[in-house]
Amino acid sequence: MKIIHIVKIAGTFAENKDVARDVRLKNIMPAVKDGKEIILDFEGVTGATQSFIHALVSDVMRKYGTDCLDLIGFKNCSPIVKEIVITVTEYMQES
Amino acid sequence: MKIHLSFGDYLRNFESFLQSFDPSEPDKLEISTHDKWISVHPVVLTMIAALGHRVGPDNIKIDAITAASGHYLARMRLFEVLKKDSPYTIAEHESAGKFIPLTQIRTQEEQTKFITEMIPLLHLEPTQADAIKYMVGELVRNVLEHSLSKDGAFVAAQYYPKANMVRLGICDAGVGIWKTIHHSWPARTDIDAIKLALTPGITGTTKREGGTETNAGAGLFFIKSMAMVARDYFVVYSGTALYKLTKRDKRTKGFPRLRANPSNDRHAETNSAPNFPGTLVGIDISLDQTLELTTLLSVIRNAYTEALKERKKIKYKRPRFM
Repeated sequence: MKIIHIVKIAGTFAENKDVARDVRLKNIMPAVKDGKEIILDFEGVTGATQSFIHALVSDVMRKYGTDCLDLIGFKNCSPIVKEIVITVTEYMQES
Repeated sequence: MKIHLSFGDYLRNFESFLQSFDPSEPDKLEISTHDKWISVHPVVLTMIAALGHRVGPDNIKIDAITAASGHYLARMRLFEVLKKDSPYTIAEHESAGKFIPLTQIRTQEEQTKFITEMIPLLHLEPTQADAIKYMVGELVRNVLEHSLSKDGAFVAAQYYPKANMVRLGICDAGVGIWKTIHHSWPARTDIDAIKLALTPGITGTTKREGGTETNAGAGLFFIKSMAMVARDYFVVYSGTALYKLTKRDKRTKGFPRLRANPSNDRHAETNSAPNFPGTLVGIDISLDQTLELTTLLSVIRNAYTEALKERKKIKYKRPRFM
């Protein structure tokens, strides 16, 4: 199981979509493809933009379906981050 | 181009300010000011900065400033950003006010640095800072991704203690919203393009509703909704179009209904404003009204997913009963 510490790469307010894309391509996609669990640890991240979370997970959901959420764990999310993660994962299931 | 700075050039009166903007002769910029007093929204300064960078310092003419409050322009670094000699000397200690002076952001790295450093400048509480960081993060990234402006975004903000409000402006002199949107969506006019950009699930990067792996078409809808809930002014100006969210009735109990179609919001619009080559977004953020971002996001999430459901329903093909 791989753990990605978001604060180390995106800072305390996660808004850099380029960083999110890199995490998706280099870590999340390969893990989900191999059926392995990956933890996105948001400890120390106070907030995030919807664009950041979208760039992080939307394409994984589009390619692997909603079951990929069984393999991706969102750990230590602040209330704001939690709300944005719910938003993105919800609308991805609607679109 | 000509711009006149007066007093009361705020979002409430933005249409009046635009009457003083003359976009003819786009290779030069002349700035004049009211003889007694200058009082402008930071977004006006971002607009001048964006246009000034487009024409270059040699083609900018600033008339002699006689207004007593003229030093405000220097404090906001207007002369510095335009690379023009300032008629004012600002002592170092004077910069410690509650404002973010004009800042040019050309890269994602500059954006991240700006977001990290801006909150201490405004002296805000963490809960108040969240919404502002969120807005700047989304709006500046829009400029960097979609505007195709080599000069990037110009940002400025000011805290107004009497109103307990932060006024924020972001502007670029890039291709404008119509050019970004019309490749994928049927925008006949600039105002059509702005309204499409404000609609949930629509982004200029794809014809597919719900967006791509990097764009959901949610950013502007979220920010407009945050302004709507907080009863704040929100202005988008691009090309010849101006869309201004006006204050909703304060007697509304609870949360206002967040509408997917920006035409249904209480707003003012025109498609015959002076042609502005780029995109400007101005927002007033009332700190008295601002709810915790978590609460706001929860309400907006429900509105957003409902809007997507509704749009999906509209697209369902109906069976033909015989």
